[in-house]
Amino acid sequence: MTSPYEHHDYDVLIIGAGGAGLRAAIEAKQRGLRVAIITKSLLGKAHTVMAEGGMAAAMGNVYAEDNWQVHFRDTMRGGKMLNNYRMAELHAKESPERVLELEQWGALFDRTKDGKILQRDFGGHRYARLAHVGDRTGLELIRTLQQKVVSMGTDVFMECKVLRLVHDENGAIAGCVAYWRPTGEFVTFAAKTVILATGGVGKSWKFTSNSWESTGDGHAMALWAGAQLIDMECIQFHPTGMVWPLSVRGLLVTEGVRGDGGVLRNSEGQRFMFNYVADMFRAETAESEEEGDRWYDDHTAGRRPPELLPRDEVARAINTEVKAGRGSPHGGVYLDIASRRSAEFIRRRLPSMYHQFMELAGVDITREAMEIGPTCHYIMGGVKVDADTAATSVPGLYAAGEVAGGMHGANRLGGNSLSDLVVFGRRAGMSAADYIESGAGPTGFDLAEVQLAVKDALAPFENENGENPYDVQRDLQEMMQANVGIIRTGSEIDFAINALGEFAERVRNLSVKGGRAYNPGWNLATDLPSMISVSRCTALGAANRKESRGGHTRDDFPKADPEYGKFNFAHQMTNGSFDSEIRTERSALLAMPDELAQLLEEAK
Amino acid sequence: MANVTMRVWRGDAGGGDFESYTLEQNEGEVVLDVIHRIQATDAPDLACRWNCKAGKCGSCSAEINGKPSLMCMTRVDELPEGPITVAPMRTFPIIRDLVTDVSFNYAMAAKVPALLPPPMPEGGYTMFQEDVARGQEFRKCIECFLCQDVCHVIRDHEDNKAHYAGPRFFIRYAELEMHPLDTNDRRDLVREEMGLGYCNITKCCTEVCPEHIKITDNAIIPLKERVVDAQYDPVAWLGRKIRRRTKRSADEAAVQPAP
Ligand SMILES: Cc1cc2nc3c(=O)[nH]c(=O)nc-3n(C[C@H](O)[C@H](O)[C@H](O)COP(=O)(O)OP(=O)(O)OC[C@H]3O[C@@H](n4cnc5c(N)ncnc54)[C@H](O)[C@@H]3O)c2cc1C
Ligand code: SF4
Ligand code: SF4
Ligand code: FES
Repeated sequence: MTSPYEHHDYDVLIIGAGGAGLRAAIEAKQRGLRVAIITKSLLGKAHTVMAEGGMAAAMGNVYAEDNWQVHFRDTMRGGKMLNNYRMAELHAKESPERVLELEQWGALFDRTKDGKILQRDFGGHRYARLAHVGDRTGLELIRTLQQKVVSMGTDVFMECKVLRLVHDENGAIAGCVAYWRPTGEFVTFAAKTVILATGGVGKSWKFTSNSWESTGDGHAMALWAGAQLIDMECIQFHPTGMVWPLSVRGLLVTEGVRGDGGVLRNSEGQRFMFNYVADMFRAETAESEEEGDRWYDDHTAGRRPPELLPRDEVARAINTEVKAGRGSPHGGVYLDIASRRSAEFIRRRLPSMYHQFMELAGVDITREAMEIGPTCHYIMGGVKVDADTAATSVPGLYAAGEVAGGMHGANRLGGNSLSDLVVFGRRAGMSAADYIESGAGPTGFDLAEVQLAVKDALAPFENENGENPYDVQRDLQEMMQANVGIIRTGSEIDFAINALGEFAERVRNLSVKGGRAYNPGWNLATDLPSMISVSRCTALGAANRKESRGGHTRDDFPKADPEYGKFNFAHQMTNGSFDSEIRTERSALLAMPDELAQLLEEAK
Repeated sequence: MANVTMRVWRGDAGGGDFESYTLEQNEGEVVLDVIHRIQATDAPDLACRWNCKAGKCGSCSAEINGKPSLMCMTRVDELPEGPITVAPMRTFPIIRDLVTDVSFNYAMAAKVPALLPPPMPEGGYTMFQEDVARGQEFRKCIECFLCQDVCHVIRDHEDNKAHYAGPRFFIRYAELEMHPLDTNDRRDLVREEMGLGYCNITKCCTEVCPEHIKITDNAIIPLKERVVDAQYDPVAWLGRKIRRRTKRSADEAAVQPAP
């Protein structure tokens, strides 16, 4: 075959330059392979850069009692046991080593008094476990990995957007087709393996902490390529997003504020979280404010305050308070650290939160409480992978980071994503290299798939009287927020499934103004098919899961049902077109070995 | 609320001009919000970069009313009344509208010799907060390249780009130079190929840095001191890494800016 476009050839092609993609690249490059990274923004700007609070690893630097077993248990319980246990196990065991390795590459974490990496408290983690740098841990992670990747001479294709994966004639992965944002020209990549590291999907909701990049391209491309997506109904709404001014609504307020002593209050000044402690967490949660306060200084002197319950619990509680009329003027509740910690402490521990509120909201968080409310933040669901190898069911295709599913079950604990990125990014790079070294690889490159993607991408230029992509995106976000948001109900989910069919038609009828060079309207037009495919899986999963669990709450089925705790919903497409039929079926959870099940029993 | 008028530079490498857009002003908006509303309505092809909308990624750099700034951290209600001018960074070649070709910076990043730490002891390195604090200040850099944009050495002299790393990379070299684990010596490189000598400490870079990094005082001046000393006394280097002198060099004293 000869591609009619600019063409490149690699062993390992990594789509995504966040923590997962960069870590995968380092591993594959160390094996002497030809590696390239593609990213739709500039290097160093991926979502990972925004992570604030820290990365979870049971290093035991602050509490010597901590170990991988406790971390494993916390992750499984936080995930409401829907996790791929093997991923949770590998993650708990390997993350300390991955954190230390970052120091060898230049990262400078905050330190304990005796010169070790300092760890901070976060919701759902029994011990102070998050390695961090103030509240800009993601920046430290991405810069460290970026500098390492660059020093190894890895090829990076920036502002290059992948449209679709390409197979060989046997269905193995053979590469992808993309376009250069600066010029609008198409480009093809042949590769023996492709690693998806494309991050999340949050841009399909109206109030979100996610950037324009989080349109679920990798989720969608995997689906179109024949892989399965699981747990797509499990979406994390972070309890604390900014609510005012409207232009910053959804912007994240790190959980570190609560880890460092901040508490939640309603309009009556009450610390309402004490009223929302689920049975599952009662034994390990403080009963009174005094007990909770003792805990901050010494975790053995009291139990943790309920503000630090897992995120799904806190987000639901805030939602209920606001609905009951005890919210703040702009529809949130109050997050108060000003009355609890000194101004000096707040500025040192939470510098970027201090600036964010000061500069964007005119609020001095050392003096006033913040107004906050839930915001769409993270998708637990993703491409179904083998835990040890990050391999999908499509030969040659791997997935790691937020785009992969299973690790976090129904709800992710804060800090478990950054460590997930490096643990499974590395494993994906390793197994791609193993696959190549075993002699496996594609036998061709299906140009028909390339032509199809190019035709679809250019269609909006030929359509004169279609819709503005921005209008369709806005309506989609409002529809998903209203019907597949934090609290769901059968009739609304059904409405959404129907509406998504109509949205697919609208996406077939877009018009784009202007040329192809750096045209954001056109770029959005190429994002919308992904957003539709992924939102359909979310809605289908939500319709099928007739219970409430983690990041999936149904008004009409408010309790967890043990039956539903035995399987994930897996989605697959029969034909690779974004609006074609999706098959949803039950996929049994991996059975946990006795010694791990024991850990969960003991800890109850 | 009142209206806001924004004059946005539209065009490409072949040329362009300012175009005016007048919209209703919303409470609490930043410049990037207005740009987004223009995109969503009048001009879906208006090119700009952004990611985080919170001053964390360094994508949305532009010159607002002539001042290099982040669009996402510049509140509309804090700018003087009247039309707001938004132009692309001038130091880098135009791609389209507000988007410039910043590959110069990535090329400079590729030239930085990597950190060279000693083997890691069992359980990790021991470093104290005071050892890492200085490097942490420099690692706050979000690579917005506003300091590069404002630095006259390359802003006014295109040909200097061939041999001048610029303030963003001076802080990177300073960070490595002060890194508690590093054993790599980059001082000849910084002096001979990265053009540290061209910087005459005007401090314009420090003024525009959205992360409030004291680029000149904390990075460039100490770096000049170390690099110049190295020329005369290469053996003193190791000792200095350990003792961390604070002596002011002749070079630093000579280039103190007017108060
Ligand atoms: C505000 C905020 C704070 C957070 N704080 C924390 C925290 O403290 N701790 C924690 O553990 N987690 C945190 N998270 C979550 C965590 O940051 C993310 O889950 C994680 O960074 C995702 O990393 P990733 O490598 O999977 O993908 P990302 O970092 O999202 O990167 C995706 C990459 O894929 C590229 N890409 C996507 N689609 C395409 C395409 N079609 N073509 C080419 N390239 C493409 C993008 O350009 C980008 O380079 C936070 C998230 C947010 C939003
Ligand atoms: S101080 Fe030096 S680096 Fe900074 S702007 Fe002035 S000349 Fe450039
Ligand atoms: S040093 Fe400051 S101005 Fe320069 S790139 Fe970094 S953050 Fe931007
Ligand atoms: S959008 Fe990230 S710094 Fe402005």
